[in-house]
Amino acid sequence: MDLQELKAVAQAEQERQKSVRVHCCTSTGCRAADAMGIYGNLKQAVTDHNLEDRVEVVGVGCMGFCGRGPLVQVDPDELLYEEVTPDQAASIIEAMDGGTAQPIQGDVNHPFFARQMRVVREYSGKIDPERIEEYIAVGGYESLHKAIYEMTPAEVVDQISKSGLRGRGGGGYPTGLKWATVAKMPEGQKYIICNGDEGDPGAFMDRSILESDPHLVLEGMAIAGYAVGANHGYIYVRAEYPLAIARLQKGIQQAKKYGLLGSQIFESPFDFKIDIRIGAGAFVCGEETALIQSIEGGRGNPIPRPPYPAQKGLYDCPTLINNVETLANITAIIRNGADWYSSIGTDNSKGTKIFALTGKIRNNGLIEVPMGISLRQIVEEMGGGVPDGEVKAVQTGGPSGGCIPRSMLDTPVDYDSLRKVGSMMGSGGMVVMDDSTSMVGISQFYMEFCRGETCGKCVPCRTGTVQLYAMLTKILKRQATKDDLAKMEALCEMVRDTSLCGLGQTAPNPVLSTLKYFREEYEELLIEPEYLSDLNGKEAPQEVNA
Amino acid sequence: MSPTATTSAVEPTAKKEKAAKPDLRFKRLDITMKRQQYAPDALIEVLHVAQEAFGFLEEDVLQYVAHGLKLPLSKVYGVATFYHLFSLKPNGAHTCVVCMGTACYVKGGDKVVEKLQAELGIELGETTPDGKVSLMAARCLGACGIAPAVVFDGTVGGKLSPEEAVAKVKVWEGEG
Repeated sequence: MDLQELKAVAQAEQERQKSVRVHCCTSTGCRAADAMGIYGNLKQAVTDHNLEDRVEVVGVGCMGFCGRGPLVQVDPDELLYEEVTPDQAASIIEAMDGGTAQPIQGDVNHPFFARQMRVVREYSGKIDPERIEEYIAVGGYESLHKAIYEMTPAEVVDQISKSGLRGRGGGGYPTGLKWATVAKMPEGQKYIICNGDEGDPGAFMDRSILESDPHLVLEGMAIAGYAVGANHGYIYVRAEYPLAIARLQKGIQQAKKYGLLGSQIFESPFDFKIDIRIGAGAFVCGEETALIQSIEGGRGNPIPRPPYPAQKGLYDCPTLINNVETLANITAIIRNGADWYSSIGTDNSKGTKIFALTGKIRNNGLIEVPMGISLRQIVEEMGGGVPDGEVKAVQTGGPSGGCIPRSMLDTPVDYDSLRKVGSMMGSGGMVVMDDSTSMVGISQFYMEFCRGETCGKCVPCRTGTVQLYAMLTKILKRQATKDDLAKMEALCEMVRDTSLCGLGQTAPNPVLSTLKYFREEYEELLIEPEYLSDLNGKEAPQEVNA
Repeated sequence: MSPTATTSAVEPTAKKEKAAKPDLRFKRLDITMKRQQYAPDALIEVLHVAQEAFGFLEEDVLQYVAHGLKLPLSKVYGVATFYHLFSLKPNGAHTCVVCMGTACYVKGGDKVVEKLQAELGIELGETTPDGKVSLMAARCLGACGIAPAVVFDGTVGGKLSPEEAVAKVKVWEGEG
């Protein structure tokens, strides 16, 4: 395989594609509403109407508007149909033949779509994730070729550093710096790990990327391998994502067949192989040191850093660990250059970020927006606001994040601003809550999550989360006093400051942030301490006697 | 594999069937371990296959895996109990997995759980005494767009009201 052959494959695929493409979403969300039945009926209808010469039905990945799924889009006319049912499918095809389409027609110029800026999700919902040819036809694997033949590894690292890309797993560590650290380590066995253990409840962008455009991540990993001098990569995916796993396996096979993965990629001396490792349901395995333990077949217990995985990671070799979304950005940076990428976003947070907009909101789904957009724009313009009532708070960052109250909706969305208001970017879950949601209840919900997911290795996290959960329960049962609240706050700070890994360090965040902004909700549930009420009770008769 | 109605929940089914005919499921484990070159770091992979073949991980399966990968049983047991996906108890004939993610919680997933618990008379993570239905919780299915979501026997159902969820489970309960 060389560039000529790659272009030939792209050319052949473009010629093969019919003029009208009916894109039918086949991702997990839409599958739950029988998207596969719709896909089958669409195909059948094309055959029935003898339109095979100009129309093809393509099963694609996520189009983003999951709340209105299953979605079908007819391109190039950009006709979007929402909430399609299998028996309506045929009418979509009939509409091309002079009939009328039954399903609700969506508006592709709705702010939900119009305000987005698609870098990572550029081809999500436009290509068939199970056919590598479609990915090649839109310029896939050209970045890898460019990196191998036109750049030195140091230049690749330099481009990533200049782009200002920061870790999309939530921490926001500069990606270029991490790459440079691994690249600087002495030559020898090194590993690339793609962290697809998206455990945050309320986040599903990694699943969507892997299901919609698996090759984007594979290519990003290969470029990373070339840049830091690694020739073996692992993708760690949650077992809860069977479709993503299946599509990755297929993707790896196809890439191998074309000589885009494996030995001597593009006939250069660079080898790179990728293996899939399947998680087994442990939130803590998203923490990098725990993830390494899990890949090695053990319990996912974090280990203290330093040494960082970049120095001593998987099997004690230097290891580069990046989140799915981080790696999905690499191809675009190599293709368009670091300057282009760093022109998007704010001073300290470059590029775009994908958010999973869910909860009490009209339009829920996946959005990709440039960094620095305000929460208000996301929630009110794109999300269409709360169906009945007002936004009370927006929760970002999952169990490690916090709740941002209505009064602060003008906060720009970037790593530093969110941290300033006591939340964090996290992996990108964004849950909107209205007045019917109890903030104490939400804190308890997250604490229950952390309590169940702590690995139990360090005491503050193992016992602290249990105690915090008990205290929150006590408050909710209206059995707690002011002293209990003070104790709880002190414990929160202790757990935050003394836990071994990120899970424990951030577990108190939801409690602390709701205490900061919604303290009155906690105070409403407090009661007078018993000894005081006893005293009051005893004193009252005395006063009568006197 | 799921326990049939004739076997009591006390006796592991695997043993019963093993006595009757050579167990092909151990063969499957052998093939998997061989493919992984008996590497100890393939433990999780092998346990995944074992769970799929047997439905749950009983002690003799854990011992078999420990022996095959040359690991102490304590390590195998430690890993099997660490991860939520591995179950050391047999599951019911049907499984109902309720998503407990944030989006589902905000949209009333907790009420779905309450209703299902009341209907089945069991807590999350338990199986009904007749071995028909197991009620489980998932941390997050990643299907937040269709919250609240429940997986009935591997099929995801979305935007469920508590009543709809109960109706689906009732069908299983009615099976003879």
